[in-house]
Amino acid sequence: MSLLDRFTDGWRKYRKPGYYEEFDYHWAMTIDLDKCTGCEACVTACQAENNLPIVGEKAFAEGREMKWIRIERYWEGEYPDVKLRFIPMLCQQCDSAPCETVCPVSATYHNQDGLNTQIYNRCIGTRSCAVYCPYEVRYFNWNDHQWDAPLEQQLNPDVTVREKGVMEKCTFCIQRIRQAKDHAKDDGRRRVRDGEVQPACVQTCPANALVFGDRKDPNSQVSRSMNDPRAYRVLEELNTDPSVVYLKKVDAKG
Amino acid sequence: MPTETNDLQYADVHRDVIRSIVETGPQYYIALGTAFGVTLLCFFFPWSYQLYYGIGAAGMNHPGVWGTYLASFIFWIGLSHSGTLLSCVLHLTHSTWRKAMYRSAEAMTLFSLMVAATFVMVHVGRPWFIHWALPYPNQMEMWPNFRSPLLFDVMAIGTYITGSSIFIYMGSIPDFAAVRDRTTGWRNNMYALLSMGWRGTDREWHRLHWAYTFLAVLIIPLAVSVHSIVSWDFAMSIVPALHQTIFAPYFVVGAIYSGTAGIVTVMFVLRKYMDFGQYITKVHFDNLGKLLLVLSLIWTYINGIELFTGWFSGASSEHEALRYKLFGYYAPLYWEMIAFCAVAPLLCISSRFRTSFVPMLILSIAINIGMYTERFLIVGTSLSRQYLPDAWGVYVPSLVEISIIVGSLALFVTLFLVFVKIVPSVSMYEVKETMDAPKPEPVASPEGSPA
Repeated sequence: MSLLDRFTDGWRKYRKPGYYEEFDYHWAMTIDLDKCTGCEACVTACQAENNLPIVGEKAFAEGREMKWIRIERYWEGEYPDVKLRFIPMLCQQCDSAPCETVCPVSATYHNQDGLNTQIYNRCIGTRSCAVYCPYEVRYFNWNDHQWDAPLEQQLNPDVTVREKGVMEKCTFCIQRIRQAKDHAKDDGRRRVRDGEVQPACVQTCPANALVFGDRKDPNSQVSRSMNDPRAYRVLEELNTDPSVVYLKKVDAKG
Repeated sequence: MPTETNDLQYADVHRDVIRSIVETGPQYYIALGTAFGVTLLCFFFPWSYQLYYGIGAAGMNHPGVWGTYLASFIFWIGLSHSGTLLSCVLHLTHSTWRKAMYRSAEAMTLFSLMVAATFVMVHVGRPWFIHWALPYPNQMEMWPNFRSPLLFDVMAIGTYITGSSIFIYMGSIPDFAAVRDRTTGWRNNMYALLSMGWRGTDREWHRLHWAYTFLAVLIIPLAVSVHSIVSWDFAMSIVPALHQTIFAPYFVVGAIYSGTAGIVTVMFVLRKYMDFGQYITKVHFDNLGKLLLVLSLIWTYINGIELFTGWFSGASSEHEALRYKLFGYYAPLYWEMIAFCAVAPLLCISSRFRTSFVPMLILSIAINIGMYTERFLIVGTSLSRQYLPDAWGVYVPSLVEISIIVGSLALFVTLFLVFVKIVPSVSMYEVKETMDAPKPEPVASPEGSPA
């Protein structure tokens, strides 16, 4: 097979029309802001699950903390009539993601599960994806991180430890999705059942504010939750087509 | 042509220019040594530290993930612009005043591009994998991402650096031959190689002119496209205040503007320290001053448009970005830029100002400081104020970054100093074209024949 044939073959295989429209699964999340208490359990769970480094006091002060999911706080109104709003912010797994087009080496791309994936080994660290991302959820490894003994014992063996100069972000716990898909395959089942896979943040949320599932299945919990009249998506006007849907907090009048 | 060169003979041109190559005083070695030392100390040393420690050695953070390295990259690409572009335009319009200065201007292009390319390496997190951004067949069967404006950038700069090095080399061939004919020893061998057996026949001259004009025509659109593409790195994003259609012309004009100012600086230095006073004259400063005036007006206009469209959009994010730029943390830098790049160049209205060397030098340096600020602000202010207020932040360059910026200047000077000793920094044959042919009386002179 000549080089040219191989190339055109590959081209046909990977550039089939509809690649970006037809996903095998379409993982999505809803976040009910009415239930969210801002307890940051999701932040901690994510830290433990995904081998996020503890950057230390100095780096934190410099604005270099690593939080794939963070709780944004917004104050509304003037004292004394003031309200505090929480909104958990994580990678929105946009279906037309600005970060994917800008990466010169295709280190971030859309996979067949509708996920916006990040390939650490391919990343050269131009940080352009972080600039292009309107949600500011991409985090850069400004230097190598250390886990002082015995903390290195609790690193998750299913997740890479990233080196300096690499971008990282929320993956919807892709290692758990992969595992669930493997189990489904081993069982001879065709698809992953609803609720079979949960990212660490969803699993941990004490208020059940976070719901995760396959959007392609109309009966899944996440699909039903997305049809809630309170549903909205952050910065929808930018047409990034996010997979994370927020359910608005409704204040009692009076 | 200016009357000042009229009393020069062909032989004088050769003598003066070749002297600048062959005769090297202690002053030159001191300058070269200093420049090289500063390069090592301020550029390569902090860079090695950064390679070892990670990009965290610089002051960047979230959300300011782009910083002075990228600003410096744009700055050097911009500075590269006037050289070859100006030289090409003036060549095609048959402007005789170009001839004495274009060689050094083109060299400036080449070295600025090299420094800019180095800044790409300094900027990225893992420069040891930078070749992945190039399209080459590899065992991973991976192409770079052809949709990425950054990849367009790699292509554009690669093409531009190739084009302008061929352009400067081809224009120098007859001069290499002239030096070859007047030197001995290793220099003679080197220039014999560089001149590629140039004999100065009619056919060779004819071909050279044809090819030179061809390249000049080719390089002009290339120069425009390069900086448009650099601007797309920003304009293709959806960051408020960066996502603007005006960015391509804005960057092109800014590039030519800072490049022209850079040429004024370099010409002043050449005139003062290389004894080229008879070749680089008031006429050059006068013309470049006029050019600077026009460019500053266009640049100011585009800046106004940028503010207007931001305000006119009515988007709260754009309004916040504008407010932050004009009155926020970086506002003093913004107004410094306006003072240096929009107000100060208006002095060029006066012809007395344009023809005074020292004031022009000060102005040209001020313009480039202002233009550097502009590039910093494009990166700094826009990233500090994006859509989600929770992710707002401030970015301040670290000592490592400042040192590398200073060091890059020294790197540029080092390259330039090496250049002036290898390549004739004034184009001898083109300067001679502007002069009267030698008078027939001194028949005996063997030096009078053209190269």
